[in-house]
Amino acid sequence: MTDATQETSGPIVAADGRPLRQSLNRALRRQKIRALLLIAPLLAFIMVSFVIPIGDMLFRSVENQIVPETLPRTTALLGDWDPDLGEPPPEAVFAAFYTDLVLAEERKLHTRLGSRLNYENSGVASLFRATGRDVGRFDTDIYTDQLVAAVPDLEDGAKWAGWMAEPPVRDALPQTADAYDGWAQMVAEVHNADPVTRQPADFVFAALYRDLAAGAAPPPPLDVDVGGFETVSIRDQFAASDPKWLDTGVWRTMRAYAGPLTNGYFLNAVDMMKSADGPRVRPENERIYLTLFLRTMKMSLVITGLCILLGYPVAWILANLPLRSANLLMILVLLPFWTSLLVRTSAWKILLQQQGVINDLLVGIGLVGDGSRLELINNSTGTIIAMTHILLPFMILPLYSVMKTIPPSYLRAAKSLGANDWTAFWRVYFPQSAPGVGAGSILVFILAIGYYITPELVGGTKGVFISNRIAFHISSSLNWGLAAALGTILLVMVLVLYWAYDKLVGIDNVKLGG
Amino acid sequence: MSGIPIYASAGQRVWYYSFRVICGLVFFFLIAPVLVIIPLSFNAQDFFTFTPEMLRLDPAGYSLKHYQDFFSNSDWQLAMANSLKIAPLATMLSVGLGTLAAIGLSQSHVPFRRAIMAILISPMIVPLIISATGMFFFYTKLGLWMEDTLGVSKSFTGYFKVVLAHAALGIPFVIITVTATLTGFDQSLTRAAASMGAGPVRTFFRVQMPLILPGVISGALFAFITSFDEVVVVLFVGSAAQKTLPWQMFIGLREQISPTILAVATLLVVVSIMLLTTLEILRRRSERLRGLSPG
Repeated sequence: MTDATQETSGPIVAADGRPLRQSLNRALRRQKIRALLLIAPLLAFIMVSFVIPIGDMLFRSVENQIVPETLPRTTALLGDWDPDLGEPPPEAVFAAFYTDLVLAEERKLHTRLGSRLNYENSGVASLFRATGRDVGRFDTDIYTDQLVAAVPDLEDGAKWAGWMAEPPVRDALPQTADAYDGWAQMVAEVHNADPVTRQPADFVFAALYRDLAAGAAPPPPLDVDVGGFETVSIRDQFAASDPKWLDTGVWRTMRAYAGPLTNGYFLNAVDMMKSADGPRVRPENERIYLTLFLRTMKMSLVITGLCILLGYPVAWILANLPLRSANLLMILVLLPFWTSLLVRTSAWKILLQQQGVINDLLVGIGLVGDGSRLELINNSTGTIIAMTHILLPFMILPLYSVMKTIPPSYLRAAKSLGANDWTAFWRVYFPQSAPGVGAGSILVFILAIGYYITPELVGGTKGVFISNRIAFHISSSLNWGLAAALGTILLVMVLVLYWAYDKLVGIDNVKLGG
Repeated sequence: MSGIPIYASAGQRVWYYSFRVICGLVFFFLIAPVLVIIPLSFNAQDFFTFTPEMLRLDPAGYSLKHYQDFFSNSDWQLAMANSLKIAPLATMLSVGLGTLAAIGLSQSHVPFRRAIMAILISPMIVPLIISATGMFFFYTKLGLWMEDTLGVSKSFTGYFKVVLAHAALGIPFVIITVTATLTGFDQSLTRAAASMGAGPVRTFFRVQMPLILPGVISGALFAFITSFDEVVVVLFVGSAAQKTLPWQMFIGLREQISPTILAVATLLVVVSIMLLTTLEILRRRSERLRGLSPG
């Protein structure tokens, strides 16, 4: 409609006097809103109960809050330490680590942190546990004794609280203020006590000594001259607890994982590790995940291939038989499809056993000697047989629905034009059934690479998939970050394949049970 | 393929019959494992293979003792009761929300239809182990929050978590079957109902619902079987008090396999035969209806 016609005839109006276009838009908008309102509850439900939890899980693959949150003082200082000099960090880092570790030990966080770092450097967990027991008994109490002897008021928690509330004191004694704040918060949260009623712990006095020794000039009475004090090296205290603290290894690990985000889990998931000069591939004998990914892919491909091989003739016969017999035979495909996955897996577990029906049969007809029964289960053979059986209907059904649309007259036409049986099939029929093969293959492959239950039950150790490793890290080793990284890689693979599937057949065209 | 033509060569005849034999073998491969456990479940011995008595069809070789064990064992009974509680509730939730959303999605002008569809179908696409892991973290937090803040009992939160998780898994199936049914639904019927003065609710229950009911029922059956068969998510989200039949079977298969599993498996095969029959009746009915009123 051009402006000229509108001007001459005026806008077309609806019954209520509004312009028709406006009225139409309003109706359309109302319809859209109604449609969205109908969808909204479900969309909200799926977002909250499914999409966001998965996003949250995926985020765990890069999240590393526990290190900087548990050791804030240490991680801030470690960045300046150069591990390549081969020297342990300076006394200041040990002092910061002492404060962090005492606080973490009081909150019982040091073992969790130890297990976290143990994923990257085995042995750290026991180191943290052992030193966690010792750290409360370090010889730093000599500072407490000497400072209290100089200023008796330092025994009084209320006095401390008063000083620590004054900005000039805090500015003059930054380490003390920081240590005191950490201590006061810990006392309130862990012991449910008012810090005012308690004398601060030794590490606060140690911090006060360090500030004073560094030349701080706080207002009296805190301006103690510490020149003649007996001192103790915190580094030696750690070394006495365990000489490993003088190695660079554990400090390197802490330094590498100091940030709130890490690519460490992903590197682990592809068999690489962090080192001083960037990521590097793990030695041959430590590579497990790439092997597992490759095995998952390889076995899924074998299963997909077997499904095509077995499914194609069956789909063909179903599509070309008269409807009545085809429907009858279809039951043979649909019944396994509808039968519980666990029923089918247990059937295979029972059939494939060494004392199971199949081996009995083979021995009975003399194919296999009684002493050399076949090992069909707890290896990749078992996984492949059982999963081919379980996934075969997912190949047959899409193939069938595509083949159903190919007119049989095409084959006859090809033959009447002189093609032999094979040429007619390969040049005329097969290209038309290819979309079905593609759809079925992608579907089977996607389902196969994410499988967990069947490999877990019949796969033994040689026939397990990446999913089984993810489950292991979630429920047994509790290395959730690594599980999330492996899961993210698997999910990306599946999504790429689904994108291909969507391009090929469309997600909402998935046929369910024929 | 209506028989072999009389002019077929010897080679073609051989191929024709060997092809049928191959197909027969594949059909046997598909169905035999499911069927073989049925006679095995009546074994009088605690073996997983046919005993000589069974092969001789001697009645002494057969017994119902594995079924007796299933019905008297408290573990299995708890598992069955849980399955029968969780699956219907999850089904109701996914059918209720799913049907509404499917009706919304099948309107002619839905903004972001593809994106919404992709999100709603995602529980079917994402590998179960990943869904289970994500839900594990989320529902643990949700459960703790419910127990601490709302003061709900531990048992209730346990079931609540599993039902919600299973409902999410069942939703794609409801969406797919119901939207498929709705594409054949004549929208002018709702307009006709509206023009005769029926409100949206009345139109829905009196006009639209009866016509799309077969789709809704098959969606419900899919959602039911999804929950009833589901084991990965319940292993991660549920606790031992919510163990379902598949959970109990999974534990049984992984640790020490007892022949009771055969009896349970047989009962589950019977359940799937019943489901399959229901679906087949529904399909026939809708085919007949479509045959009567084409277009």
